[in-house]
Amino acid sequence: MAQTLYDKVWNAHIVEQLGEDTLLYIDRHLIHEVTSPQAFAGLNEKDRKVRRPDLTFGTMDHSISTRSLALDACGPQNKLQLQTLAVNCEQHNIQLYPVGHKNQGIVHVIGPQLGLIQPGMTVVCGDSHTATHGAFGALAFGIGTSQVEHVLATQTLQQSKGKSMKVEVAGKLPTGVTAKDIILAIIGEIGHAGATGYVIEYCGEAIRDLSMEQRMTICNMSIEAGAKAGLIAPDQKTIDYLNGKEFSPTGKHWDDAVNYWQSLTTDVDATFDTVVTLQAKEIQPQITWGTNPGQVIGVNQAIPSPDDFDDPIEKESAKKALKYMGLEAGQTWDKVNVSHVFIGSCTNSRIEDLRAAAKIAATGKVKSNVTAIVVPGSVAVKEQAEQEALDVIFKEAGFEWRLPGCSMCLGMNDDILQAGDRCASTSNRNFEGRQGRGSRTHLVSPEMAVAAALTGNFADSRQFGE
Amino acid sequence: MTGFTELTGKAAPLDQANIDTDQIIPKQFLTGVTRAGYGVHLFHDWRYLDLYEQELNPEFELNKPKHQGAKILLSRENFGCGSSREHAPWALADFGFACVIATSFADIFYGNCINNQFLPIALPSKKMDELFAHVANDPDISFHVDLKNQTLNVGDSTYKFDIAEHHKQNMLKGLDAIGQTLEFDSSISAFEEQRLAWL
Repeated sequence: MAQTLYDKVWNAHIVEQLGEDTLLYIDRHLIHEVTSPQAFAGLNEKDRKVRRPDLTFGTMDHSISTRSLALDACGPQNKLQLQTLAVNCEQHNIQLYPVGHKNQGIVHVIGPQLGLIQPGMTVVCGDSHTATHGAFGALAFGIGTSQVEHVLATQTLQQSKGKSMKVEVAGKLPTGVTAKDIILAIIGEIGHAGATGYVIEYCGEAIRDLSMEQRMTICNMSIEAGAKAGLIAPDQKTIDYLNGKEFSPTGKHWDDAVNYWQSLTTDVDATFDTVVTLQAKEIQPQITWGTNPGQVIGVNQAIPSPDDFDDPIEKESAKKALKYMGLEAGQTWDKVNVSHVFIGSCTNSRIEDLRAAAKIAATGKVKSNVTAIVVPGSVAVKEQAEQEALDVIFKEAGFEWRLPGCSMCLGMNDDILQAGDRCASTSNRNFEGRQGRGSRTHLVSPEMAVAAALTGNFADSRQFGE
Repeated sequence: MTGFTELTGKAAPLDQANIDTDQIIPKQFLTGVTRAGYGVHLFHDWRYLDLYEQELNPEFELNKPKHQGAKILLSRENFGCGSSREHAPWALADFGFACVIATSFADIFYGNCINNQFLPIALPSKKMDELFAHVANDPDISFHVDLKNQTLNVGDSTYKFDIAEHHKQNMLKGLDAIGQTLEFDSSISAFEEQRLAWL
């Protein structure tokens, strides 16, 4: 029977069928300080061991400072949590990349960059943005802490198979429109909960044309449409990306792996439960106007009115969102001023993001009433950027250049906004209070974030540079 | 872990869609290393007027005297969306809830609830309208959940709800999923023997 990529990866990991659930083997388990301490405590209480420490990798990212390498820089609670991760990894013989290590960074940035994520793998992490790794044709999804404990103890998970959704982005993407705009447009199309219960496979010319890092941006936000996971079939770009990475296979294993990876595509006659098609040429630079990522429009569109929505739930959500965001129906983006700009997060903190942002930053200066920070996704990204002198461009333009971490995406450290602050953010969630109580988040691409920093309000990034 | 069979109690209404886990328990309270003590921070931004949790917001439904002691939370579409943080069901349970009834749930949150013997019940929008109306008419009206029979009784009304059989059994028996999986140790080992060599 014809199979989707999702079917193929799923079927290759079935240990046992348990009635409605499947016991699924997990190839890679990534852990961090926030969602793992209770899992290790659970193991220790029952005197259980970590079954495969060799398949488990840890890093510190969520609650660390981006100004200092000191673990106590964000207070004693954060320090205790970070130390707990270090102790747990030490006790259970798990490789940890702590603050200060050359491999440290945001868990979803370092995994791919080290070659830890490969096509056909099952990948989990106690973080909903684990879907990022689907860019490699891996089945990657976020899990809760009880499941982290389950994977540590058994290297498996009891899972129900999701439904399948094909999202095709047809045709060529217009110049100056980015991967972030594609995924925001997709979420805008299918809705914040539109893919609940589904695993998405992204395909089409515009997706194929994307680099690996851009594909990561796409898959990263699958959860913002409610999806369990998002996948992109591996191709030559995937293979080239993995070639020579620290944990990539070598020698004969490399050849065998490449052969296998090339088989990981959806069969031509396979069917999906749902199919959604977008035309790439219709996608504009996107900005979220509301308090969930599905509340998004193009830079040239005016802020909608609740009356524009027929669905009573959407209407009510829009009314509440406009009030929280301090926006008026009909307002144009050039009239919306920002106080902060954040470039970073597991969505948009990779080297290509920083290059694209720097290109626009080089054309101007951050407005004096705007605070703008750039937080590279990992130590390796930071070093690469510094080699290319991108940090100099950012600093000269008036951006702060920080240490790697999750930072203002969720503000578990001191990178938080105050009530009423308005931020153009390259992160993934614009929920009420996400970046600080009462703060207002607008999700955008790195290019659009820089454009907002330089003008002090939202502006079309395509009018900058070159 | 003890199982969940029946529950009787009042319900408190949070009549809005897309309540995300950041809202249920904001990030600044995720620095703990245990599963306990999150209830005081539940819905922090809505529940308190200040950052230090000294002043309750009298407008917030859960703070109203008529809803004190509720064991069931009513909400709408896509409850628990966003972050995978299991602190969300921990906070709801620590506050005193044992069940959320909503129009629909986000996947990860739903799984986290099951793993904590915290019952998520999904009912169609029209039925949710009725439940909200019941509570609006009489905040003290008694809700009775019977998981074994998959029924919810509110006053004279009875509602049937769906739950996957394996989730139901796990809830009823309070099963230790890890213990259950460890019984398949030999199958896991056999699977590991035939994994691709480069993995």
